[in-house]
Amino acid sequence: MIEVKKLVKSYGPTGVLRGLNLSARAGECVVLLGPNGAAKTTLLRILATLTKPDSGSVSIHGVDPAKQGELVRQSVGVVMHSPMLYGDLTVAENLGFFARMFGLMTPESRIAELLERVEMDHRRDVRVRLLSHGQQKRVSLARALLHSPRTLLLDEPESGLDQRARSVLEAIIGEFRSPGRSVLMTTHHLDLGLQVADSVAVLERGRVTLHEPVSAVDVVRLQARFSEPVGAV
Amino acid sequence: MAESRIDESAAEQGSEAAPDNAGNEPGVPASASSSTSPSNLRASLGVIWAIARKDLLLEVRNRDVIVSIAGFVLLVFAIFTFAIDINDRDSARFVGPGVLWAGIAFAGVIGLNRAFALEMERDTLEGLMLTPVSRDLIFLGKALGNLLFLAISVAIALPVFAVLFNLVVFRFEMLAIAALTVIGFSSVGTMFAAMSVRVRAREIMLPLLFLPVIAPLLLAAIEATADLVAGDSWSEMSQWLQLAAAFDVVFVIISAVIFQFILED
Repeated sequence: MIEVKKLVKSYGPTGVLRGLNLSARAGECVVLLGPNGAAKTTLLRILATLTKPDSGSVSIHGVDPAKQGELVRQSVGVVMHSPMLYGDLTVAENLGFFARMFGLMTPESRIAELLERVEMDHRRDVRVRLLSHGQQKRVSLARALLHSPRTLLLDEPESGLDQRARSVLEAIIGEFRSPGRSVLMTTHHLDLGLQVADSVAVLERGRVTLHEPVSAVDVVRLQARFSEPVGAV
Repeated sequence: MAESRIDESAAEQGSEAAPDNAGNEPGVPASASSSTSPSNLRASLGVIWAIARKDLLLEVRNRDVIVSIAGFVLLVFAIFTFAIDINDRDSARFVGPGVLWAGIAFAGVIGLNRAFALEMERDTLEGLMLTPVSRDLIFLGKALGNLLFLAISVAIALPVFAVLFNLVVFRFEMLAIAALTVIGFSSVGTMFAAMSVRVRAREIMLPLLFLPVIAPLLLAAIEATADLVAGDSWSEMSQWLQLAAAFDVVFVIISAVIFQFILED
């Protein structure tokens, strides 16, 4: 469960988050929509313990990331814009290294399972530098799932993915969603968001201006607000 | 599409540290904290080595750092052999130790810059920060990697220095001087490299921050090496080695503490 209350973050004189409130219940997938510069990535960085907020409170499964970052990172899997993988290590070496960082003692079977799941098992011994962006993104998703997190934070995970890989992503999010687990995902693709989400939140100028269940979403109104049309995915 | 669920084997993986009292579910990996219990200590050492080993593996594959350091040091030596009369044994003894350690310090700046630039290019440092490994272990892992790069570079540079300057440096004491100097260089250098890597003028910023701080260590290394090439006994150079050791203890701790705050956004 994710609970964000009155979150404020500024970079110099520029306020990017201005008293943001948001919650994701256990078992829920919340999709964050918003224009560029709406501070979606900043919010995810704060939840991932990469950035400290100026004020407000954040709780992930009852733990404050600012105070107990290591505990939060044990239970959170993150996919950001950048794949965050070592270009001169192979896919398997990258995942092996991060598995070691997450404390997995015998990660080989887990790595094999995840590579198969993201359909990258045939590229396990290829250096990441030689993969396409979409393939790197898939490996990044496998890295985020290595330690069986209870929360997934996904920042536009569909970017660079082809149609097949997007289907895999949707399936993985669907499988991940279970009692006790939450997903918070940003996207510019309304269609993808509506397919995977339980609820949709709109972030504008540092605040959540709309948060409602998918069943209650006025798709036409949202479509008008965001450029990517339904059916474009 | 594969049919397996994404989390089904997680509980089989186990973790290095036993399920803890922090409320972790079975199968959820425990972090390698900096606690001092034997199992945690072993896990922490394993994490430090894994980070350093990863850096070494990357270096073996792209040879960016060691080639930069060793290449620059050898160039400095070559230039100084033209600039001074090294056939005059006294001037070689007088200038040689300074050339040796100043060359290694300047070359170290280049190598340290490169080592962190590589982590930033692909945002892999942030990837590392997303793991439950404590920031001080990340620092120690990175510092150990840089220490190994510097040690390899010094091992390449010393024989060349000995030949070019016609000085006897291969005594047991040289091992102590080199070890203490490289430890201090790598710990302070890792901290300042992390600090300067996010700024635009990092190539200038790192030497401006690094060189003044390591001045006492540089002085100790030069003076101890001068004693060594003069054939002085261990006791005569021990005051400089003590200074270097004290510098290392203080700055490894300070650097590890400051590093945590440097990484915060």
